[in-house]
Amino acid sequence: MNRTTRLVLFLLGAGVFAVVFVVAAFGLPDFGAAVHTYRDASVPAALDRATPNVVSALVFDQRGIDTLGEVTIVFGSVLGAATLLRLAQDERTGPDADEPTPLPVARLFGFVLLPVALVLGVNVVVHGHLTPGGGFQGGVVLATGLHLLYVAGSYRALRRVRPLSWYHYAEAAGTGAYVLVGCAGLVAGQRFLANFLPLGETGALFSSGTVAVLSVAVGLEVAGGVVILLAQFLQQAISVSTERTPS
Amino acid sequence: MIPFAYLVAAYLLLLGCYGVVRSRNLVHTAVCVSVAQSGTYVLLLAIGYQRGAVAPVFGPSTPPGTPVVDPVVQSLTLTDIVVSATVTALLLALAIQVAKRHGTVDPDELNALRG
Repeated sequence: MNRTTRLVLFLLGAGVFAVVFVVAAFGLPDFGAAVHTYRDASVPAALDRATPNVVSALVFDQRGIDTLGEVTIVFGSVLGAATLLRLAQDERTGPDADEPTPLPVARLFGFVLLPVALVLGVNVVVHGHLTPGGGFQGGVVLATGLHLLYVAGSYRALRRVRPLSWYHYAEAAGTGAYVLVGCAGLVAGQRFLANFLPLGETGALFSSGTVAVLSVAVGLEVAGGVVILLAQFLQQAISVSTERTPS
Repeated sequence: MIPFAYLVAAYLLLLGCYGVVRSRNLVHTAVCVSVAQSGTYVLLLAIGYQRGAVAPVFGPSTPPGTPVVDPVVQSLTLTDIVVSATVTALLLALAIQVAKRHGTVDPDELNALRG
């Protein structure tokens, strides 16, 4: 299909979509109005489970099965990307090239902010049920925070503190823990992914039952997964060399 | 009168699709897919919006009973963002492989399957 045909086809489809969307948008509830049926059902349910962060309650409790699917998607895509980016037969990792030293200012800020970023990431993960945040967000903060070491230091320094197998284990352990907590609900005599743990007092670190546990499990998985993903892309960009030229 | 936010959502979706159609670089294609997906975030959050309401996280300053925006669409958006990020990662990995095996990242020049 040449570019003109494709554009014409797109414009036709886009035109139809635009018309249908506008018609549908007139049928949507009024923008900014106070009627939110799902909110009125989910907020009391979350507060009932001692989870002040209603979004976390939804993600890890009320929509726990959805999140299991989501966790599986993350796991599968990290696996897929790692498989796609593994070394081919005609590739090898060369010795790390000498990199230019980063600016002193960048080094200073990087090394000052590295511990701050890691502590912030852990904080966002473990307080996911109380304050804005949760496993997904905190996991990404942890994983990208670790890469300040690359920005401020060197690829070699990053590789030294990043034995990749640990992150593979962390990712697998996080995913496995999620499923195990789900099964524990069955063992406790309730349904899969039921919030069976003691709920505790609203606002305490150890409260809200399985929400906090699942949040930490997801944080572990996401942090491990993102580190592995970034490691694959960095390896491709920095240290892989091909013996033959691409045909 | 359609709220502006709904139009922004539709605009982002169509803009992303237009970018995919006109793309001459696979990395550009992956970015355009992300733009198209971000239209769904805007749509979801716009549906859950309520004037004068705060974020659905309760605490000392927002005791239970305070009007909050719809947390259900926010959690759906979170799922959406996570899926979008993983899709982007996979697409970029595929783009790297295509560049290595075919020596080009222009989708129009990819016209044959090769192992």
